[in-house]
Amino acid sequence: MEMASLREAYGKALVELGAQNKNIVALDADLSKSTRTALFQEAYPERFFEISIAEQNMIGVAVGLALTGKIPFVNSFAVFATGRTYDQIRQSACIANINIKICGSSSGLSDFGDGATHQSLEDVALMRVLPNMTVLVPVDAVETKKMVEFAVRHNGPVYLRINRNDLPVYTDESTEFELGKLYQMRDGEDAVVFANGVMVSKAMEAAEILEKEGTGVRVVNVSTVKPLKKDEVLKYIKGVKGIVTAEEHSIIGGLGSAIVELLRDVDHPPVEFIGVKDRFGTSASNYEELLEYFGLTSKSITLTIKDLLDRC
Amino acid sequence: MLSNDLIERIERTALKLRLDILEMVGVGKAGHLGGSSSCADIVAALYFYKMKIDPENPHYEDRDRFLLSKGHGALAQYAALVELGYIPRDEMKKVKTLDGILQGHPDMTKTPGIEANTGSLGQGLSIATGMALGLRLDGKDSRVYVIVGDGELSEGQIWEAAMCAGYYKLDNLVAIIDNNGLQATGPIKERFNIYPIAPKWESFGWHVREIDGHNIREIIETLDELDNVRGKPKVMIARTVKGKGFSFAENDPAFHNIALTEEQYIQAKRELESRMARWS
Repeated sequence: MEMASLREAYGKALVELGAQNKNIVALDADLSKSTRTALFQEAYPERFFEISIAEQNMIGVAVGLALTGKIPFVNSFAVFATGRTYDQIRQSACIANINIKICGSSSGLSDFGDGATHQSLEDVALMRVLPNMTVLVPVDAVETKKMVEFAVRHNGPVYLRINRNDLPVYTDESTEFELGKLYQMRDGEDAVVFANGVMVSKAMEAAEILEKEGTGVRVVNVSTVKPLKKDEVLKYIKGVKGIVTAEEHSIIGGLGSAIVELLRDVDHPPVEFIGVKDRFGTSASNYEELLEYFGLTSKSITLTIKDLLDRC
Repeated sequence: MLSNDLIERIERTALKLRLDILEMVGVGKAGHLGGSSSCADIVAALYFYKMKIDPENPHYEDRDRFLLSKGHGALAQYAALVELGYIPRDEMKKVKTLDGILQGHPDMTKTPGIEANTGSLGQGLSIATGMALGLRLDGKDSRVYVIVGDGELSEGQIWEAAMCAGYYKLDNLVAIIDNNGLQATGPIKERFNIYPIAPKWESFGWHVREIDGHNIREIIETLDELDNVRGKPKVMIARTVKGKGFSFAENDPAFHNIALTEEQYIQAKRELESRMARWS
């Protein structure tokens, strides 16, 4: 499969949109080479603000810029962009529905070498709990670009969770990103996997393995974690005997939780979570090794589905 | 030289603001009397003399911006917005109630004339810095004024913003420190001692002026003087008295956020009205 960099796609999309829309500005906290906002800085130096290693101030400055009509994209690693700044995002931005866009780069475990301090397994939960916040987790480089376009169009705070590594490209330019829409990546009648980010590719692999064994697995890309639409979720659980959620995030407060919150008052098949089980990250020598260490693999999805279906 | 008439007009306005603050604190319900009254003279000088604003059109594009980073002083700002007609006077009775538009801390989504949501301390200076950057990017000559509490200087984010505004040489930004010397539980000097204040800001590239924050002439002359300082953000360290104008509350941290008794309310009203009467 074609692999492509999400952060490169993000950086290029910002430059492209910045040409048409002069209100777009970017802020970074000394990580612009990594987040790829360096591309924006090169193209529009007057609209790029280096805020240095001071993320809390960066959110406030972005809010001030938004209040003068700008569309600020705030950039750092996901763990710093959402964790260190949670209060600023809540108080200065979300209460008044301020139009800032927060790009959490090197999200999840994708910064595999840097360990627990630099890996973000709670960011989706932190952002999802905030009223007015939109939470987006792109599956690939193409969807990343569409989400940047959406973020510019959308009035209000947006959190965009960007993986550091190259990921398989599943989507194409032909479909427009629609907020809250779930995207079926393949169909199957026995079980459904709601996944996002890197875990969509793991779910696709699992579905292929199980197909050979005669089990049909539907894979749904939940790239909008918030707002999550109940009718969309219900549409895809129809007929299946088991539901699995798969995310590169803590099983507390993320995609799995969001799905179950919506299903709480309807009859539904049993649900299992694939995610990091209430733990911090750790350093590893490569991304795949780390995903495997935490059980974020096609194999664990396969086993979980089998286990669920055995229970029926 | 500014005329005595002008100074007197602003002094009278500041007294009116204190009367309004008193109305909003009322009897038997908690209100931030101390920190609202310590910045009332500065608020009066900004809203009624210095700032380019249009109460008819709160979002008038070329307006100057005012932020109260120490959002708990909101009653001073609400009083100014009432006197200017942004807010109907009868809203004062409904402050901090479900039926009103005046929140416990400034809320731009509910109250006309409020520029940003502040009150979680340490955040307003960053927002002001972003506004100043945005206005400069648009080539506007509007200024951004932000009142910061002295207790608030313990927040690390203030110094992040101070470095940032200094780095960007934001000469359209004026910070005013309401230096009443008291935080919620007692004297700042006995907690994290933030003194000396001036050299800290100077070292981050700010132009610093120290003034008496209750001397209207000094406040407005300094604000005018700061217009001519180029290439640096500016900070006015205003020595103030917490509870200023309320004799029983002055310099007493107990009046940070407190309910007044009926006797205190009557006494305060009498004192303020008798000072007002001297002008008529």
